[in-house]
Amino acid sequence: MRNVSRRAFCKLAGVTGGGLVLGFHLPANALGKAARLSGEYEFNAYIQIRPDNTIVLAAQNPEVGQGVKTSMPMIVAEELDADWQTVEVIQSAIDAQRYGRQFAGGSRSIPTRWDALREAGARARQVLLEAAAEKWGVASGECTTRDSHVLHAASGRSLSYGALAQAASQRPLPKTVSLKPRSEYCLLGTRVSGVDNPAIVSGKPLFGVDQVVAGMQYAVYHKCPAIGGTVKSANLDVIRQLPGVSAAFVMDARGDREDLQAGIAIVANSTWAAFSARKQLQVDWDESSAASDSWRAAKQRAAELAQITGQQVIDKGDTTGALNAATHRIDAYYSYPYVAHAPMEPQNCTAHVHNGRCELWAPTQMPQVAIKKVANLLDIDESRVTLHQLRMGGGFGRRLMSDFVCEAAAISERVGTPVKLQWSREDDMAHDFYRVGGFHALSAGLDKAGKLLAWRDHYITFSPDGETTTRGGNQHTKLFPHSKAKNTNLQLSLIQSAIPTGWWRAPISCAVAFANQCFIHELAVAARRDHGEFLLELLAAEDHHSDLVSFEQSRAVGVVKEVLHRANWQHGLAADHFQGLAFYYSHAGYFAHVAEVSVTDNKGLRVHKVTVVGDVGPIVNLSGAENQVEGSVIDGFSTAMGLSLSIENGRVQERNYHQYPLLRMRHAPEVDVHFIQSDNPPTGLGEPALPPTAPAIANAIFAATGERLRSMPFTEAGYSLA
Amino acid sequence: MDLTLTINGRKHQLRDLAEDIPLLWVLRDNLNLVGTKYGCGGGYCGACTVHLDGQAVRSCVLPAKAATGKKITTIEGLANGSEWHPLQQAWMDLDVPQCGYCQAGQIMNAAALLEQNPAPSPEEIDAAMNGNLCRCGCYLRIRNAIEQAATTMAVQTFDPNQATEELA
Ligand code: FES
Ligand code: FES
Repeated sequence: MRNVSRRAFCKLAGVTGGGLVLGFHLPANALGKAARLSGEYEFNAYIQIRPDNTIVLAAQNPEVGQGVKTSMPMIVAEELDADWQTVEVIQSAIDAQRYGRQFAGGSRSIPTRWDALREAGARARQVLLEAAAEKWGVASGECTTRDSHVLHAASGRSLSYGALAQAASQRPLPKTVSLKPRSEYCLLGTRVSGVDNPAIVSGKPLFGVDQVVAGMQYAVYHKCPAIGGTVKSANLDVIRQLPGVSAAFVMDARGDREDLQAGIAIVANSTWAAFSARKQLQVDWDESSAASDSWRAAKQRAAELAQITGQQVIDKGDTTGALNAATHRIDAYYSYPYVAHAPMEPQNCTAHVHNGRCELWAPTQMPQVAIKKVANLLDIDESRVTLHQLRMGGGFGRRLMSDFVCEAAAISERVGTPVKLQWSREDDMAHDFYRVGGFHALSAGLDKAGKLLAWRDHYITFSPDGETTTRGGNQHTKLFPHSKAKNTNLQLSLIQSAIPTGWWRAPISCAVAFANQCFIHELAVAARRDHGEFLLELLAAEDHHSDLVSFEQSRAVGVVKEVLHRANWQHGLAADHFQGLAFYYSHAGYFAHVAEVSVTDNKGLRVHKVTVVGDVGPIVNLSGAENQVEGSVIDGFSTAMGLSLSIENGRVQERNYHQYPLLRMRHAPEVDVHFIQSDNPPTGLGEPALPPTAPAIANAIFAATGERLRSMPFTEAGYSLA
Repeated sequence: MDLTLTINGRKHQLRDLAEDIPLLWVLRDNLNLVGTKYGCGGGYCGACTVHLDGQAVRSCVLPAKAATGKKITTIEGLANGSEWHPLQQAWMDLDVPQCGYCQAGQIMNAAALLEQNPAPSPEEIDAAMNGNLCRCGCYLRIRNAIEQAATTMAVQTFDPNQATEELA
């Protein structure tokens, strides 16, 4: 290796057996707008070109169903001009030094890696092209690349990347490369089937639960149904005698909720032996420090708090005065319940702690955090923890937590063998980090012309300590439409709660969008204005006090206009069909939905179609993108319609899917997806299409029935799926 | 308990099983056929769907001993050698999966449906697939893929001789 550019921090090497490996570590100044906004500057890519011309691309971020194992390598392949048919994708090692931050959350994978991945592909392409030019004795400018080959049109010659790899690995890497304009993309923006699909449809091991390690035992971990309870005593002597059981022991809590909670581990020679032994467990719990929350009581408390003034968070202008002077004053009280993530794959992790080291096989959205937590828990250095990233059977934010990884490690530490910890579905429902419930007392005033004068939102949420908001329950102070009213007043009240909460797909937005986008419809109705026209006017209005740094009004207006057009808003509908509209901006994505519904006399709801227009910049994998939107709409509908947790005495009552009615196929609406592929840097799609779904449907129900739904789930107001 | 199970055309002798062990855990833990998934353990989600003499069953609630003497097919045995089942092909063509966890169960359930009803209507598909949850919400693609596979299978089983007779 000679003359390797230091400035680009690239590593370039031939590998034994021939071929070329490029590891990239690109400098911060190579990054575009999206990456700068996020404040993350560490990037890497990995490309291997084998002599047989297969190209191996490593996907750095965990795959949770959001499609990054396909979309991230596609970005490299586009600039590399690789033949996608001969690309092999591997899940990269979890290694912060090589790959920077590796995680799946916040719809951040694509925006944070976009520039680095493109540059990596382009640099590799450039050295291959130069290697061919040298071999042929022609100017590199005369050569082109296509389908993993370098071509020299003038002489009709071509060489495969595989044949050039060795020579290319001896060349200095270009300091700068030019990236393709979008008009030249062949792969990006097309529909590409997921790289793991062949393994998925043939049942190959892929997921956390599929992991097998030599000498592995199977474990369950039984925690107090009242969250946070500890073990006083248990019939462990009986349990240890049961068939297949090798160990049963109590573990005390270590660290916080996301580390290790107190419970009883049962280790056995099969999953079924562990599950069966667990049924015989008799535990005397100490619930003195456990949660004792009740959702019913919380709802009552919230209703009381809504009557009084909360803590002032934002107070601009004179909201009270403006509300009193308004031509139309509208007040409404919205609420939504706690919900669970309930991914299809129950939590699990395989761990082997031995000789001061820990090896983990984990389906986690946060592998690097899991490594830190386990190192802490076991009191060993992080460098002694290795984590093998496994595909996840869904996450929706649940697997951002590392509790199940810590449990597996702690159990293996105790028994010394590799252990696969398997949660039951019931464990998953009882010990989630839930989407927090919440309440909004909203008031708004409009002038004669129907323009927004004042907006007040008294948000009532939960707090673990009476002072700070619980995770996912923090108030969005920067969101539309606050900034559009000259007089804005945001208040906050807290209810103390010991129920652990977390990030649930499109955190905060997933719930708040329901309250404020329905309320905007209420305002339009009060002003006797068309909702579409009213919303567009509001979006385009002057910002009085916006600190919404990244919000681009024109893109918001763009998606709303387009969805009204695509859905043929209020035109040509069947007599018993009604439409509802909602817009939301979250995770840097702009989305507008129109839901088309019909409602029978006895409140049977059918959502026929949801038309979606999104602007997340250029689309990487169109198939994956559409799939994310379809899934988000179905998730949003499913949750709004029928999902809630009735927490009593610190216990979540819903135990399995029969009590947690996720939407099924027969009720899935048609989803008509359109993208405005603006020239902005691409942003993620795992989340932003979800928030507008519930309000669009609720607004359509209002249009159909005149009944305003201000609380989720809709089943509580007597609606059922028709 | 000792059992002999016929899975994907192969006989497996199993020893020392718990009397009540569901087929799911024999497949996963004893035989390392992990394509069949655990989702709920209660018959609610369909992730564990396999075929028992051609019928779709939930292996998490089916005692293994009830499967003796029957033909068990799992996702690993659905393809015809190296040839994909039309459903598997359609699943890849239409890029059905998101996380993919439910998909083996979806495919097995759909395969049993097409076996019994080669040309199901959308309503019949919905009814037959009602027991299979997809938390990621891939339902629209699942339905389309079943329709595509049904079409492929109709073409594959098209018998020109018979058709000529009918036309004549
Ligand atoms: S795991 Fe068998 S139906 Fe859910
Ligand atoms: S693809 Fe994730 S549950 Fe169906």
